Amino acid sequence: MLRLHDFKEGIRIALTAIGANKMRSVLTTLGIVIGVVVVTLMATVIEGLGGALDKSISSLGTDVYYLSKWDWFGGEWWKARNRKDVTVEQAERLRDKFQLAEAVVPVASTWQRTMKYKNRSVKGNVNGTDPTYEITSGVVPEDGRFFNLYESNSGRPVCVIGYDVAKNLFEREDPIGKTIKISGYSYRVIGVFEKEGDFLGTSMFSKDTQAFIPLPNFLKIFGTNRSIDIHVKMWEGVDKESAKEEMIGAFREIRGVPPGEENDFGVNTQDFLKQVFDGVVSTIGIVGFLITSLSLLVGGVGIMNIMFVSVKERTKEIGTRKALGAKRRSILFQFLIEAATICMMGGLLGLAISWPLSLIIDEVLPSSMPLWVVGLSLSISIAVGLISGIVPAYTAAKMNPVDALRYE
Amino acid sequence: MPLIHIKDVVKTYDMGAELVHALSGVSLDIEENEYVAIMGPSGSGKSTLMNVIGCLDTPTSGLYEFTDQNVGDLDDNELAEIRNRKIGFVFQTFNLLPRSTALHNVELPLIYSGVTAQQRREKAEQALVSVGLGDRMTHKPNELSGGQRQRVAIARALVNDPSIILADEPTGNLDSKTGIEIMQLLVDLHEKGNTIILVTHEEDIAAHAHRIIRLFDGKIASDEVVAEPLIYAKAE
Repeated sequence: MLRLHDFKEGIRIALTAIGANKMRSVLTTLGIVIGVVVVTLMATVIEGLGGALDKSISSLGTDVYYLSKWDWFGGEWWKARNRKDVTVEQAERLRDKFQLAEAVVPVASTWQRTMKYKNRSVKGNVNGTDPTYEITSGVVPEDGRFFNLYESNSGRPVCVIGYDVAKNLFEREDPIGKTIKISGYSYRVIGVFEKEGDFLGTSMFSKDTQAFIPLPNFLKIFGTNRSIDIHVKMWEGVDKESAKEEMIGAFREIRGVPPGEENDFGVNTQDFLKQVFDGVVSTIGIVGFLITSLSLLVGGVGIMNIMFVSVKERTKEIGTRKALGAKRRSILFQFLIEAATICMMGGLLGLAISWPLSLIIDEVLPSSMPLWVVGLSLSISIAVGLISGIVPAYTAAKMNPVDALRYE
Repeated sequence: MPLIHIKDVVKTYDMGAELVHALSGVSLDIEENEYVAIMGPSGSGKSTLMNVIGCLDTPTSGLYEFTDQNVGDLDDNELAEIRNRKIGFVFQTFNLLPRSTALHNVELPLIYSGVTAQQRREKAEQALVSVGLGDRMTHKPNELSGGQRQRVAIARALVNDPSIILADEPTGNLDSKTGIEIMQLLVDLHEKGNTIILVTHEEDIAAHAHRIIRLFDGKIASDEVVAEPLIYAKAE
């Protein structure tokens, strides 16, 4: 039972003792400081990644399947390399054959093409598709509109550009109606997509740096000799799993895959992002956990060591206190509180260091240090103090007053 | 009943290879308001006897009754409580907390007996005034002279209104002039009704007491009443 006066005296003694050994106390808490910094930054990064994931999933569109020559995640690329291309004709056949989809959208892409307006230029992916892309993409143009069926079918030189493309090429000008050059060909800008943001620090999956043009026009300019992606979005209310099986069956038939052989195409979903995310998070988690536990262990041993020193140094004081009527319990709490206070200060120091660092992380990966992590770190610090203080405190508490008084 | 009743007390220390008999059969009674000096050369067992009387240590065998309580039956916490409420210690090396003020040093026994902060402060201030340090309350030990430090320690010993004041070589670390002042303070306390037990090896310090018990080889060699105790203030 901890009585209030024991507690107050404990705090008082702890602060006096720490104040008398400032440098020693600060150095001792180094392990705790590192532990707290790692654990708080880890939580901040994981939270930031979670936010990025949500955004990226919404940018890919929900419940969309991406049929492709390639598997996005896992799979065996050397097998995929020998697969037949996915063609526009296959996409059209799937659209006719498969009735459970709201949209079956062919998307042909080419990487790192130059887009120019006046003397400014940027590089980004250029995609050829048709108006149904709006159904699967999950985002809408912020300004202007997407190209319509007529423009698409007739391969008009119009384009819808990503947020960053618009910002970099036009700065303050209104892009709508202006003509830009994509790989040297002129296109009229009819729409600008809303901003999506990056995922994991890359704009690879983001439409912000891309441009979209009608598919026939794309094939004319960039050639037909390429494998395209087919974006498939099911109707609301259909059973996802059986619809997916049916879609795969239909596409196998179109591609002429004999029964019993494995698919010669990748069926990708946004789940791959989740897998990337989970992989990244668990890696960060494992590494962070290892660093944190290691530094807390080292910190704890350091605290234990310094508490043994503190007990030894103050043997005579312990004897005096005992002679004046301090019970074992009072002495025990005195040193436990001292250890806990040192560790808590280490925790606060750690938070003082990781707070500005979390603001830097926020610049790269929008996030904020969760409040529960602050509470958790302080609790862990105090717990480390109590655990590593218990043995030295017990040593002090059970000292024989006669021996302690005689100690020089 | 005497305040202190000691009968056939033996204290043996196991030093590994040999058993050391620090006290081998000591019996004595001390009444309330006595002023007793315990004397003897080093190794005579006087420190051990003081530790037993002060409830810092318990006898190996024999009986020790302090204010009618059998100390041999008490556990650590009960001993601490007796020390806290009934015994005031004055040490040769003062044993003050170096980083605390005189006032907080004197409050310390009251903290352990759970007295409220308000009362604690009042009693501690009173005790400091009574030893003539009313103007030094917020000083830390290193801002005080040796004699003042010992006065703080005496105030600390007094603050809980103990049954006995146990002074172990209280002038051992002081010059002779300051030593005389401290002895005078103890004489005054005795005159106010306190029971004082003084442990010393100096004859002229012991001469202040009204009764001198001499120890030799763990036994009482003599136990005599002093006909005329030394009182400096009155002699001057």
